[in-house]
Amino acid sequence: MTDISKPIASGRMLLSDEMIQVFYRLLAAFLICAALTILTNSFFSLGNILNVLRQASLLFFIASGLTLVVLTGGLDLSIGANVAISACVAGTVIHQTGSPTLGVLTGIGVGGAVGMLNGVMVTALRIPSFIATYGMLWVLHGITYWYMGGETMHGFPAGFRQIGSGYFLGLPIPVYLLLVFLAIGTIFAQRTTWGQEIYAIGANPVAARLSGIPVARRLLLVYTVSGAMAGLASIIFLARLNSAEADIGESLTLPAIAAVLIGGTSLFGGLGTVFGTFVGALILTLVLNGMNLLSVNASWQPLVTGVIVILAVWLDMKTRRRAA
Amino acid sequence: MREQAMVLNTNPLQRIPGVAVMLVLLCVVFSLMTPGFLTVPNISNVLVQSTILLMLALPMTLIIMTEGLDLSMGAVLTLTSLIVAIVALATGSLLLGLLAAMAVGILFGTVNGWLVAVVGIPPFVATLGTLGMAQGLSLIVSDGQSVVGMPAAVRGVYSGTLGGVPLPIVLALGSYLVFHGLLYHTRFGTYIFALGGNREALKFAGISARRLLILVYALGGAMVGLAGLLMTARMNSGHPTAGLGLEFDAIAAVAVGGTSFERGNGWLLGTLLGVVTVGVLRNGLNLLALPSSIQVASVGLLVIAALFVDGLRSRS
Repeated sequence: MTDISKPIASGRMLLSDEMIQVFYRLLAAFLICAALTILTNSFFSLGNILNVLRQASLLFFIASGLTLVVLTGGLDLSIGANVAISACVAGTVIHQTGSPTLGVLTGIGVGGAVGMLNGVMVTALRIPSFIATYGMLWVLHGITYWYMGGETMHGFPAGFRQIGSGYFLGLPIPVYLLLVFLAIGTIFAQRTTWGQEIYAIGANPVAARLSGIPVARRLLLVYTVSGAMAGLASIIFLARLNSAEADIGESLTLPAIAAVLIGGTSLFGGLGTVFGTFVGALILTLVLNGMNLLSVNASWQPLVTGVIVILAVWLDMKTRRRAA
Repeated sequence: MREQAMVLNTNPLQRIPGVAVMLVLLCVVFSLMTPGFLTVPNISNVLVQSTILLMLALPMTLIIMTEGLDLSMGAVLTLTSLIVAIVALATGSLLLGLLAAMAVGILFGTVNGWLVAVVGIPPFVATLGTLGMAQGLSLIVSDGQSVVGMPAAVRGVYSGTLGGVPLPIVLALGSYLVFHGLLYHTRFGTYIFALGGNREALKFAGISARRLLILVYALGGAMVGLAGLLMTARMNSGHPTAGLGLEFDAIAAVAVGGTSFERGNGWLLGTLLGVVTVGVLRNGLNLLALPSSIQVASVGLLVIAALFVDGLRSRS
């Protein structure tokens, strides 16, 4: 897990720094597991652990693309609304054509297109990313509610539903998808030139531009990927819930941002890993699952998630020696 | 860029065209398209409905001028509105309800300001976190149910008049005048311009930017408490999703009104016009029988357009 945005000479030190950050977080996840095993009877069962893994995968899909955006020093507040519109359009396509393949492609396509629009606003129109994607959030929200008109779509083909609720060799299908995208994301961010350039843009956009990195094109790519991952997540939600509604994504944005920040990706860009985001998604899912098992009212979930977001940023700022 | 911003500050008239032209244009289009738009009851209705938004947009203008943002306003408004309802129901006293709501609002504002100024968390993430907290607290205090059975006085706040002028308008105009005086005629206001435009100067003048930022956010919280009273009075109940997304309309009004997100350059009269513009847009689409979802999307497009124009301006 090298942080390639820094000169090679300091690479070794930063390598261990990044690994220590992830190690702390894995330790925290482990401690939460241990506590929940002691506090509840139902936590340490195969059924519940697979459930946690499946939930964490869903969160990871949205949060992984977002990680790349945050690595560039940006933010995508529209991902939840993007999941909703992608799910609703993909659901319609599956109903109309009966083809799950076409539906999957549509979902990812719509998500990617929305992401690209975000990228255009940030690069060509030079609107700050958090406010551009915030405007996009409400545009998508409005369009989705208008498009659905309060209706709910039900009943998708059994084969399609397998994507969200099926098992293969005892593990939920989303967990396999998680492993695939975790590997792709990690290799892309750490081992490709484009990945290195994304870190460089986040660490110092001016230096990145001066060293010949096509900043606008990379940013466009990153926002498009973030949108496409939201589109993929929408497909898995659709398959898991077997229904689509306009409000499907409303409660997803804050947890996704929480997962990225808990995972140690710095809000100021240039620092963090996709694997960290996976651990972040796992920690948040464990906390929410534990609250559920301890029969804490679900009303407490946004409150706790909000506190965790702020704590995560605060801890990150306290523990990390910021180079810049 | 900074120097240019200071020049613009001294000549805000330069900004009138954008938002005023848009407002007049919208009014003309809606008057032509629907007969119900340009009537006294409807215009009065638009203005009364815009009062809650103005109470959020005024402090939002100051916050954005400090290069900040408060995404938690809608959620905190929901919470303060519920508190007004719950306290009024329990004690029968509207004043106690208002005081409790303002206290909670100020508490949230202070926490926001502290997170931004002292801890150093970027405002949009800090207030996104407190948004979650306020949303959760709203669900917890209301148990997800509406709070109904308000004393008669509550309704009176929204439907009453003072010298023939609806009470909400009196409150909103009063707030505007207070903010106008505060921003343009006190040292506090000058410091706010400096916070966004020239923080160095503040430091040299020996002013604590931290305390000032906390004050600005806390002032926002107090206004959200006051707006909570109007919200509860308007619905004659407390509802756990009442203020959902209203912070977006407030940000839209500020952006349309010509306050810049990057240059500490604010214009309060522009925000007032922006609030009316958003109100007219929603009202007109409503009269055209377009669903509220389309209104939300239109306001979103309005913001993106306003920011695009602002971006062009800052480059020229």
